[in-house]
Amino acid sequence: MDDLKKEPTYIKTFSSDELALSTKNLSVLYGGTIQKLFNVSLGFKKNAITALIGASGSGKSTFLRSLNRMNDKVATVKGNIIFHGLDVNKPNINVYELRKNIGMVFQKPNPFPKSIRENITYTLKADGQKDKQKLDQIVEESLRAAALWDEVKDKLDKSALALSGGQQQRLCIARAIALKPEILLLDEPASALDPVSTAKLEDTLKQLRSRYTMVMVTHNMQQASRISEYTAFFHLGHVLEYDVTSNVFTNPKGRITEKYIQGSFG
Amino acid sequence: MSEKNDDLKKVVNQALAEQKVPHVKLDKMKPSTVDIDKLTKPSKETHQEYWGKGLTFLAIILIILLVVSIIGFVGEHGLATFFSDHVNIIHFLTSTNWDPTQGENHVGALAMIVTSFLVTLISALIAAPFAIAVALFMTEYSSKRSAKFLQSVTELLVGIPSVVYGFLGLTIIVPTIRNVFGGTGFGILAATLVLFVMVLPTITSLTVDALKAVPTELRNSSAALGATRWQTIYHVILRASTSRILTAIIFGMARAFGEALAVQMVIGNAVLMPYNLVSPSATLTSQLTSQMGNTVMGTLPNNALWSLALLLLLMSLLFNFLVHLIGKKGKK
Amino acid sequence: MHAKRNDKIATVFIYIFVAIVICILAGILGEILITGLPHLSWHFLSSSASSFQAGGGVRDQLFNSVYLLILTIAISLPIALGAAIYLSEYAKDNWITNTIRTSIEILSSLPSIVVGLFGYLLFVIQFNLGFSIISGALALTFFNLPILTSNIEQALEGVPQSQREAGQALGLSNWKTIRGIVLPAALPGILTGIVLSAGRVFGEAAALIYTAGQSGSTIDYSNWNAFSPTSFLNVMRPAETLAVHIWKVNTEGIIPDATIVSAATSALLVIVVIIFNFGARALGNMLYRKLTASNTK
Repeated sequence: MDDLKKEPTYIKTFSSDELALSTKNLSVLYGGTIQKLFNVSLGFKKNAITALIGASGSGKSTFLRSLNRMNDKVATVKGNIIFHGLDVNKPNINVYELRKNIGMVFQKPNPFPKSIRENITYTLKADGQKDKQKLDQIVEESLRAAALWDEVKDKLDKSALALSGGQQQRLCIARAIALKPEILLLDEPASALDPVSTAKLEDTLKQLRSRYTMVMVTHNMQQASRISEYTAFFHLGHVLEYDVTSNVFTNPKGRITEKYIQGSFG
Repeated sequence: MSEKNDDLKKVVNQALAEQKVPHVKLDKMKPSTVDIDKLTKPSKETHQEYWGKGLTFLAIILIILLVVSIIGFVGEHGLATFFSDHVNIIHFLTSTNWDPTQGENHVGALAMIVTSFLVTLISALIAAPFAIAVALFMTEYSSKRSAKFLQSVTELLVGIPSVVYGFLGLTIIVPTIRNVFGGTGFGILAATLVLFVMVLPTITSLTVDALKAVPTELRNSSAALGATRWQTIYHVILRASTSRILTAIIFGMARAFGEALAVQMVIGNAVLMPYNLVSPSATLTSQLTSQMGNTVMGTLPNNALWSLALLLLLMSLLFNFLVHLIGKKGKK
Repeated sequence: MHAKRNDKIATVFIYIFVAIVICILAGILGEILITGLPHLSWHFLSSSASSFQAGGGVRDQLFNSVYLLILTIAISLPIALGAAIYLSEYAKDNWITNTIRTSIEILSSLPSIVVGLFGYLLFVIQFNLGFSIISGALALTFFNLPILTSNIEQALEGVPQSQREAGQALGLSNWKTIRGIVLPAALPGILTGIVLSAGRVFGEAAALIYTAGQSGSTIDYSNWNAFSPTSFLNVMRPAETLAVHIWKVNTEGIIPDATIVSAATSALLVIVVIIFNFGARALGNMLYRKLTASNTK
């Protein structure tokens, strides 16, 4: 612990009109006693990809899942999450509406056991969208945006489970952006995919970057440097460094960060 | 160190160079503007959540209400014997004089209590070694296919209605006992054998679960130490699953203790203290089954029967408690 | 050397025990089917029971068993489904949940005769419903609820957590996620659970003798007015089921062919249980394949 206190840290900040989402002193406790995250304050820039890196158990996934309140049931999340000037970590916040604005894609592709079309329309219908033409349009647009349209346009009514892992993951992205969120949270989206699918997924994310703010947890340093503009390094529940990606990778301030990055690039 | 840093820089710079944005097709997908008001107001989903939680909790309330009222109703009627008919509870538990139509001094349930325990204990004790042997065979000896076959037969036997077992007892076991030992053939022995067959599949399938729960690494490491199969079974597998096997036996006993019709069909239904295994006798359940229809609600003979039912209920609570106790101990 | 000898002895003993058990099992199934099947004729299934002479059938008992089964499932399914959903999706890990689970365990361990007598007390006497199908169905519901609830809960818990997260992350309410995603995914398991519990309900007798009664009234199968006393659909009429029939002809019956009737009825019950058991598995497998297959519509 003493080591950590001596460690030089650097947290980049943005002006408030550049920010899409930010946290202030976010702490997460499991079971009331085990603290996984300590006073993390990070701001995420609009229309950029921010990578969260760090060893397993460093708290990066816990942090990501807290941003759209997916940790509500399993942990106590203290601190503020500011979204459009509103603290969305308050009990009076409508988490369902919040999650429609802050979408999430998980580590393992989790399409519903329904058809490709239904995977996208199911939430829209639940949201009250009944117009068939409108639904078809959104299906096409979101699949195009996720760079999946050409591969599945002839089998929209086939089961989504028949798709490859990479296609399933892009379907999950399409499903998320069909709700027109501002922010996409990605929890190691490529860790279950082969290299070819990973490359495709990364292309998709790069295309989406101009419109969406994305925060992505990744174990893969190459991936972080390939697609992210900013990188935050998590260590034992603390953020030690947060800066432009090239700075973090080539010019780390602290020894822990440097060691981790060198070790991970191998 | 610096050489490595240079390498790293090269790799990173190359990766960063790849960051050029590919040509984006003109698609219309983009974020909608956030409606901040919506974020602080309840929506359709909030209401769905209330409904869902409420409806499902209602089902839970119904079940709890049911359990409470079963205990309440049976308790009320079963205790009436002691509180409104003034039967001495010690007398009830220790006397073998059962003839409630003759008044409160003739309400002794000991004969039935003893018989119930006797058939339960004997049948479970005979069934246990067989069940454990079959379970060991299925998990440690046989091929997967024959284990699967035995498993489906076991499941089938658990599912056979108890009256069918009673009928088989009546047509096979009772005549056999009559031929071998004389007498009527009805009695504790017949009931025990029927119950043995009935609890065997129950104990077997639960024991199989217990044995399957023993991690394979334990088996492998024991075998790696040069232990014979039996040594592994005796010292490792059975040791590791003792508490769950005990639980299985208790479940079997609970089933035997509460079984009514199959026992009632073969035990002879005479409320007598058992002096041997082949004379007619009666258990709590068999007495309830055969006499409930012959008494009038609210009278002493009827209340006395409800006391028997209360005893049954308390016993099943006890079995439940034992299972929990063993489960807790097993975890430690 | 002791170890090797003991190992051999143990193996021999286990094989002997298993052989004995297999003989018993084969004997039971063989006895039921061999003595029962020859008498299981169309005449037996389609004629009504006789009270004094030989040659009666089990038409009404068969219908009553099926009718009671359907009613029981219809009453217990919504409750069990609700309870199972609550336990697997909403319940937090605290003392309230523990109390709920203990209550359900108690209910499942109660002897069925006690459940039947409670039904007798509450419905037949207190609510004045008399010996009737509805009293029987309610008693069977109590008997069926705990096992069905835990079967459904298991099926729900078999659905990967990632499916629930997917729904929640898309802003769906838990309830909508459960109804639209978790329940359909758990359907094979739920149906298997229902069919398995149906087998138990179909053969249950102890819970019925003091609720649905031990005798049947005259039934008219062409009378579709459920409120008419002779209608086969009337839930207020007393009804004897197949299982109760076996018990009755053996304990107090005066028909001369009680053994034959019981043997045939037993065979019928066992066949139904076999069908339920294998049907449950086949149905579950089929639905599972359909749900995950590549060419679903």
